Amino acid sequence: MTDRPIWKSGVTLAIIAGFCTSLVAFTWQLTADRIEANKKEWLERSLQPALAGLFFDGSVTESMITIPVPHELPGSDAAVIYRVYAAEKPVAALFVVSARDGYAGPIRMLIGIEIDGNITGVRVLQHKETPGLGDRIETVKSDWVLQFDGHSLRDPEAAKWAIKGDGGQFDQLTGASVTPRSIIRAIKETLIWFEANRVSVFAAAAETENSDEEEDN
Amino acid sequence: MAAGLLDRLKYGLWHDNPGLVQLLGLCPLLAVTATFVNGLGLGFATLAVLIASNALVSATRRWIQPEIRVPIYVLIIASLVTCIELIFKAFFPDLDRSLGIFIPLIVTNCAIVARAEIFASRNTIGSSVVDGLVMGSGFALLLMAIGAFRELFGQGTLFSRMDMLFGGEPVRGIVLAENGWLLLVLPPGAFFSLALAIAAKNLIDGRRKDSRTAIPRRARTLNR
Repeated sequence: MTDRPIWKSGVTLAIIAGFCTSLVAFTWQLTADRIEANKKEWLERSLQPALAGLFFDGSVTESMITIPVPHELPGSDAAVIYRVYAAEKPVAALFVVSARDGYAGPIRMLIGIEIDGNITGVRVLQHKETPGLGDRIETVKSDWVLQFDGHSLRDPEAAKWAIKGDGGQFDQLTGASVTPRSIIRAIKETLIWFEANRVSVFAAAAETENSDEEEDN
Repeated sequence: MAAGLLDRLKYGLWHDNPGLVQLLGLCPLLAVTATFVNGLGLGFATLAVLIASNALVSATRRWIQPEIRVPIYVLIIASLVTCIELIFKAFFPDLDRSLGIFIPLIVTNCAIVARAEIFASRNTIGSSVVDGLVMGSGFALLLMAIGAFRELFGQGTLFSRMDMLFGGEPVRGIVLAENGWLLLVLPPGAFFSLALAIAAKNLIDGRRKDSRTAIPRRARTLNR
């Protein structure tokens, strides 16, 4: 090999770096809009199931508020609430909260509650529970999480908000008792919080949309 | 030329398969192959990156001083992977969420930098593209095979969630059983499945050799 000055290597490296950067920039230009639209659509789509059977107007994602820590809701990270309106009247609230004490870390979940306190739907957004055991909290795997639909703090009474094994009303999951317990506790805490803060939730001004929250999910 | 192509295909898919024989790129191979569709998605992404990186490395091979070749390979591969990641996010958002970090981690797939170093830096563009195609296909087919195996025996289904690639409503695929052998879906199952695949390949190769050379069993043992 001939002795080439080091600056020549530098120039080659710079040219290739420039080329690679433009390649990425070009691809980003082509895909940025679509990626943004996908993100929004996915968020909107992932909120729908927790609002089953409810009539509401417009896009749910536009009425978001964030409750920073510390708060009384389940979870040690900020809670997100989407307010749902029909004909400009509040009809329900969607909570994105975390059940703290899952078997393997927090369980991020979505809880929809009507203004009168009835649950419209519960969905698990993100979890690390054991595949085959605790992961039946996903609707793709089993219907377990659907049993909460229509229940409220009065139905059943507070003491019955537990799995059957603990003297409560709700079905358990065979082989996984930590997971259902933590989810039921999180739902109950959210219901209690909503009952206490119903007015202030709908009084707060909506935040302008930021994409940080989606990164967390 | 056609015979040469066939030979190279045999090498990429079987005799010198990046996953089965060279044992490269094991991290993604073991991590994402819990289902067929994940294997297919990551296999396809890796194949695309490998073809493009081989082409680019080969095209620039005359200008690149040997002492800076590795940073340049890294630059090229990292940019291509970023492009693929953006494309996945734009066109297959569900699959992107399912594969998660393993799309960006294609950068660290040694199979790609190995092909750049061993092959693309010394051969013409056309030949390097063919190399990327056969080696990438070998890797992708192995990902799909292991994904199908783990999904079938670990979960009792096949081709579930294919909608992540082709759109439409979420599908459960072909459901053969409600439950499977859970261990296969968990990380250890990936190691077992790969070990079984390698063992199966060696068994087949051994049989072939036996029938071709037909050395008496005892004599062969002694020779070793």
